[in-house]
Amino acid sequence: MAHVLTVDDSVSLRKLVAGTLSTAGHQVVEASNGAEGLDLLKSRTFNLIISDINMPVMDGLTFIRHVRSIVTYKFTPILVLTTEMDPAKKKVAKESGATGWIVKPFDPEQLLNTIRKVLG
Amino acid sequence: MTQRLADIQQQLLATFFEEAVDALAQIESGLLALDKGKDDPQLREEQINSVFRAAHSIKGGAATFGLQPVAELAHSAETLLDRLRSGSMKPNADVTAMLLASVDALRGLVQWSSSGAKGAAPDASALRGRLDSAAEQMGQGGGYHTAPRAQPRAANDMRTRFKIDFRPKPHMLTTGNDAVRLLRELALLGEIKLEVDHGALPALADLEPTQCYLSWRLELTGSMTRAQIDEVFSWVDMDAEIVIEELRDAKPGTQPAAAARVDEPFALDGQSGSIRVSVSKLDMLMNMVGELVITQSILGELEGDGPIDVKRMASLRDGLALLARNTRALQESVMSLRSMPISTVFSRFPRLVHDLSHALGKQVELKLSGQSTEVDKTVLEKLGDPLTHLLRNSLDHGIEKPELRRERGKPEIGTLSLRAFHRGSDIVVELEDDGGGLDLPKILARARKLGLVGPDEVPSDDVIRELIFAPGFSTAEQVSDVSGRGVGMDVVRRNIKSIGGHIQMSSVTGQGTRTTLRLPLTLAIIDGQLIRVGRYTYVVPLLSILESVEVDRSRVSRLEGRHPLYRLRDDLVPIISLANLLGVAQEDTSNAALLVVVEADGERLGFAVDELLAQQQVVVKSLETNYEAVEGLAGATILGDGSIALILDVLGIARLARLARGGSAGRAA
Repeated sequence: MAHVLTVDDSVSLRKLVAGTLSTAGHQVVEASNGAEGLDLLKSRTFNLIISDINMPVMDGLTFIRHVRSIVTYKFTPILVLTTEMDPAKKKVAKESGATGWIVKPFDPEQLLNTIRKVLG
Repeated sequence: MTQRLADIQQQLLATFFEEAVDALAQIESGLLALDKGKDDPQLREEQINSVFRAAHSIKGGAATFGLQPVAELAHSAETLLDRLRSGSMKPNADVTAMLLASVDALRGLVQWSSSGAKGAAPDASALRGRLDSAAEQMGQGGGYHTAPRAQPRAANDMRTRFKIDFRPKPHMLTTGNDAVRLLRELALLGEIKLEVDHGALPALADLEPTQCYLSWRLELTGSMTRAQIDEVFSWVDMDAEIVIEELRDAKPGTQPAAAARVDEPFALDGQSGSIRVSVSKLDMLMNMVGELVITQSILGELEGDGPIDVKRMASLRDGLALLARNTRALQESVMSLRSMPISTVFSRFPRLVHDLSHALGKQVELKLSGQSTEVDKTVLEKLGDPLTHLLRNSLDHGIEKPELRRERGKPEIGTLSLRAFHRGSDIVVELEDDGGGLDLPKILARARKLGLVGPDEVPSDDVIRELIFAPGFSTAEQVSDVSGRGVGMDVVRRNIKSIGGHIQMSSVTGQGTRTTLRLPLTLAIIDGQLIRVGRYTYVVPLLSILESVEVDRSRVSRLEGRHPLYRLRDDLVPIISLANLLGVAQEDTSNAALLVVVEADGERLGFAVDELLAQQQVVVKSLETNYEAVEGLAGATILGDGSIALILDVLGIARLARLARGGSAGRAA
């Protein structure tokens, strides 16, 4: 079982991620934007972070840059949820510190497979 | 497990629909605000960004929940928005109109999907075409390609062999990608043979634990495809040097075509009449219940066999007072659960004003205030249509065209203010425009034509103003699209009255018109005065009572064929015998001891009653749902002793009284 943080301003997608992961027994905590996500990081520890990119208040890439600057999160897998992944976007995401991405639309089964791989 | 996953998706579909509706409203108001940000690049950028974000999230969600038509249209709109965002395109009226049309179309599609996707989907292909070609003129095309969902691992009978050289760059670990994970993943594809190259490993003293010093050479044998291997490395191809070579030239087997995925939109079973309640309100409610429990325990102390002495009596009285206070607070809390901010109605108006003022060739700025004012849900539902009508009237008849405004020395842009606020136990909604005001001569001329005013009559201004509420009245020179569809102010007034409200209009020629609506906070509970007529108890809504007086018989005058009149100070008030109207045997039909003076339609009436009882709040039970509507009665309620009392509808009683005496009632006042 892993502790997972999912960050998305869309309630439906966030709950979809959270619901899917909890069927596999993971503990999921939700945040609706990057700033909320950072707050949560202060009070607990996560093994995996899944974040949307387009969000109000603090977007996903800024959020990831902040997370990577925290010593304990240097190696933590961080996945971005995105609708497109062209080479340019990929470069920006990687430079921000993303581990990988999940391309929307995803189906829950596929999400679980990806998570299983990342968590080993 | 798969079943459970599908359930999760299904359950969240309703959430997505709610979200999409909100996002569409956000896009709409953002688009309408674009004009305002014209001179402030930073503001404008933020506006476009938030619109873009909303469109983007609709697209992502719709695609994930399998709502292809929504996703496709949202994508086209998003592409155009992206052009605006990047600055390669300037917003103008055409683009805004096109985007607004997409908001409407998306709303239609969402509606269609959420109501079970019955019948053919609304066709948005023409609109998409327009959006795409507009975007294309500005940059690369905007065709939508659904990102293919990862296909099931294609079985390949051919055995293939790959040689892979995998040299992570030192920083790879800090991207969260573990080399061991990648190797493990590769091992799932086939048989793996690997060699570690630790040549780059430094002496322990120099070893930086966050860096990756190892590389691997591996051979993979199995029935995988090159694409599958690429997928394993797709996250790290920028963080490592990867060379993949196919060793045996085996023809890749034809991959079975991925089974066509039938994207059936999920159906939602009917709309539930749900309401969103903020947590703070629920907390408040919980608090009240807590108080109630404490009060209960205070009263519980009094239980037992001890004598009822003065001390116990006093604490009983205290406890009951506390209980009354708690009940009242609890009632208010529960009522607030039923109420929603008036912004749910107001929010549709910016769009309406935008569209209408363009159609009419007028420039109008809509100012909204008091949007967070909370109103009972039932009142709110019935407020939308009358308000829309009033707004249309102001735009059509009130605010002048720019040229005329300039002539009159007013700013070209007209102002329309819509305000909501609490006043006493009422909600007040005020609509004010700075237009030409009511054109009294024109109204009078029209009224003469309709025969509402005789050719020789010269009515006062107040009376003329009142004429616009006459059935079938409209002064629009030609029936325009905007107003004058036969639904007049009479319908507006009737609608407002049906929710217990009042409408009032005042205007200054050349300066503008103000319409004031007063609405009750709730329809479910009213403050009532209990009265007795004969053997029966009735409730008169306290708000409509002006005063109650003891009848001094010398002040009663009678005229044949009219209600008797009572001289109240300098006024004459018709005495309405409730007993007669309601068909109740009164103890003394003509000389009731008490007169309850009420206001109905601006007139004063005196209800003759036998006794004034308590004043209390009563819960209104509808007669219509439990029996049938009865003229003169607003409903029924259950009193403390379990008996039933009918609630009088003051306006209805006034109407009945007028009928009973050939329309003469009330006019005398």
